[in-house]
Amino acid sequence: MLNSLGFARPPHECRIAVAMSGGVDSSVVAALLKSQGYDVVGITLRLYDQGQVSRKGSCCAGVDIADAQATAASLDIPHYVLDFEERFRRAVIDDFVDTYAAGRTPIPCVRCNERVKFGDLLDIARDMGVDALATGHYARWCLGPDGPELHKAHDLNRDQSYFLFATTPAQLAQLRFPLGEMTKPEVRSQALRFGLRVADKQDSQDICFIPDRDHAGFIARMRPDAAKSGDIVHVDGQRLGRHQGVLRYTVGQRRGLGVAAGERLYVIELDAAKARVTVGPRDAGEASAMIVRQPNWLAVPRAGQTLNVRHRYNEGDVPGTLARLEEGAFEIRFTRPQAGIAPGQACVLYDETRLLGGGWIERSVRVQADEPAALFTDQTAASG
Amino acid sequence: MPKPTTKAYLDYNATAPMREETVAVIAQAMREVGNPSSTHQAGQGARRRLEAARSALAALVAVDPTAVIFTSGATESNHAALAAVDGKRLVSAIEHPSVAAVDASCPPIPVTPDGVINLDALERMLRSYRPELVAVMAANNETGVVQPVGAIARLVHEAGALLHVDAVQAITKLPLCVGGVDGADSLSISGHKLGGPPGIGALILAPGRRIRPWLRGGGQEGRRRAGTENVPSAVGWAHALASSVDWNAIALLRKRLEKEVRLLCPEARIVGEEAPRLPNTTCLITPGISNEAQLMALDLAGVSIGTGSACSSGKVEPSMVLQAMGVGADDARSAIRISLGWASCERDIDAFLSVYESMVGVRRRRMGLSSGA
Repeated sequence: MLNSLGFARPPHECRIAVAMSGGVDSSVVAALLKSQGYDVVGITLRLYDQGQVSRKGSCCAGVDIADAQATAASLDIPHYVLDFEERFRRAVIDDFVDTYAAGRTPIPCVRCNERVKFGDLLDIARDMGVDALATGHYARWCLGPDGPELHKAHDLNRDQSYFLFATTPAQLAQLRFPLGEMTKPEVRSQALRFGLRVADKQDSQDICFIPDRDHAGFIARMRPDAAKSGDIVHVDGQRLGRHQGVLRYTVGQRRGLGVAAGERLYVIELDAAKARVTVGPRDAGEASAMIVRQPNWLAVPRAGQTLNVRHRYNEGDVPGTLARLEEGAFEIRFTRPQAGIAPGQACVLYDETRLLGGGWIERSVRVQADEPAALFTDQTAASG
Repeated sequence: MPKPTTKAYLDYNATAPMREETVAVIAQAMREVGNPSSTHQAGQGARRRLEAARSALAALVAVDPTAVIFTSGATESNHAALAAVDGKRLVSAIEHPSVAAVDASCPPIPVTPDGVINLDALERMLRSYRPELVAVMAANNETGVVQPVGAIARLVHEAGALLHVDAVQAITKLPLCVGGVDGADSLSISGHKLGGPPGIGALILAPGRRIRPWLRGGGQEGRRRAGTENVPSAVGWAHALASSVDWNAIALLRKRLEKEVRLLCPEARIVGEEAPRLPNTTCLITPGISNEAQLMALDLAGVSIGTGSACSSGKVEPSMVLQAMGVGADDARSAIRISLGWASCERDIDAFLSVYESMVGVRRRRMGLSSGA
């Protein structure tokens, strides 16, 4: 008989570290596990200088140390604050700035999970001898026939599995996501039931270290040279205007282009080296496939298997197949052409709700059905 | 902190526990009314108690009681000593932040890999930099490594500069000298590291050394530090100093600790092992286990140890001292500090070793697995 976290022991014999951000989700995780009798230890990471970032509107990784401490005290669990400022800057903020400056659109939450929470923090938790690290992510951990599986959360509106695609099988074995079967309102009512003071705390959103949401301003401060102005060019070659740096744009973006034209224009391509933003009608950016690098697999898809493919967090899944798989890269063929494939974003593959793996989008490609991925090895391998 | 109750307190260099009798003495002193500056009988009584405490401190380094200025703690003492000069200052690379932060512009005096201030470098820097004041620790809080204060004083005095010594960790554990060619010109000490209460410290001046007042608005402390004196804390501190500590017995406890640690983990290293160290401090590097994991695992078992300099928010920071000694970043992140004191006993060492053994076991299994993979 397994307990609620999949261990064949009574809960009080399982020491579980809970990554507590001070938000309502991770606070409920700590309260739930404590109420089930687990030996719970709270750990809060100090990710950046709290003095420089206001509390309002910080994201999933947003840390509020005082709230976490108060919650741990009210639950009567031991709690520790670890200084991760330097690790977070190196692993997440620098990568965020570099990726934007290179004309790509990064996802810092994936890097944070991959390198900080499931990297350094999980190592520390393992070394201190805990049985598992639990987080407040909305994703589902379950034991399948071949070991632990990662699934989308039951509450699909809250599902955060996209941000967890870089989790390795070894990491997954030591992780637990107790909120995977709950909706946000359920989590909030649990918080009330446990009397947590964070019960009505506002949801975190966007990027925790940029609470004013001014990404371009943040990057320009960190890397003034990345804000190089340049031309906005139509796919037909016509010069439409000027821009104040490619880092202000993302592929697929429609609003705020700063150019007027008779047709609806979308960002089709960003060229950081030439400081050029290429725009065009929606279909100009449509791709039938994409090249994805640095794959991580929890389970490798079968050849020809139709997958649920997500190439942006805010959009739904689209059908596609794994057209080619090599060491360090793979190609996804879409069943129907897709627009807004943004290099730097994550491509995450699901079998129904089960997360199989994913990688970082290198580029979109227009491939004829009879010309299978000839571009793949030549261009991608060479550029890597 | 709620759950883990402290079974073995091994963090004396952060703060030491107070003896019951000291607490009682402080409580009694708090019952007695009187401002030492008042003329009436109550004031005179407070003055007598304060001056008795001052004499006890003065006796530590054989100076006249007028050389002892009570402060709020060693941080204030260090600030006052460094702020007392207008010229350039030179401080070592392993100083406490309360010394290092006073003047960030001065170049740090380097230390050897064993954590001892490099005398050749000091001599060169004295000539090229021409400081008015030099500040060094008598013994380091993280490693326990003892500094050659006499030799440093001679070099500093030959160069015509003043020497301030942070003696927070060293006082009562080592003989220290104030005044003369090989003595300090000023010394900082702290109450709570010695079994006294927190919130009180002292700056002790060498004979003839005058210092500019740093708190004005009253005639207390020889017009150098204004403000009503903290009589109960001064009395409690003096009481704590009167209780003798058997540092030889503590040195034996540490010897056993270090010996057994090596048996459990041959890869473990003791920082500054080749240098003279305080009898109570072990800075231990266990490669492959972060000090954060060690601290938490030990604390959850009720064993309190330190990692570097404890800071206000309770967070864990990388050690500047170990970096200055050339310890690599990975090793520095695996360093913990075990520091013993008057109440330490074999059971404390047993408790530490028991947790350490299981942590090393986790490490060995993991490394065995990863090398096989």
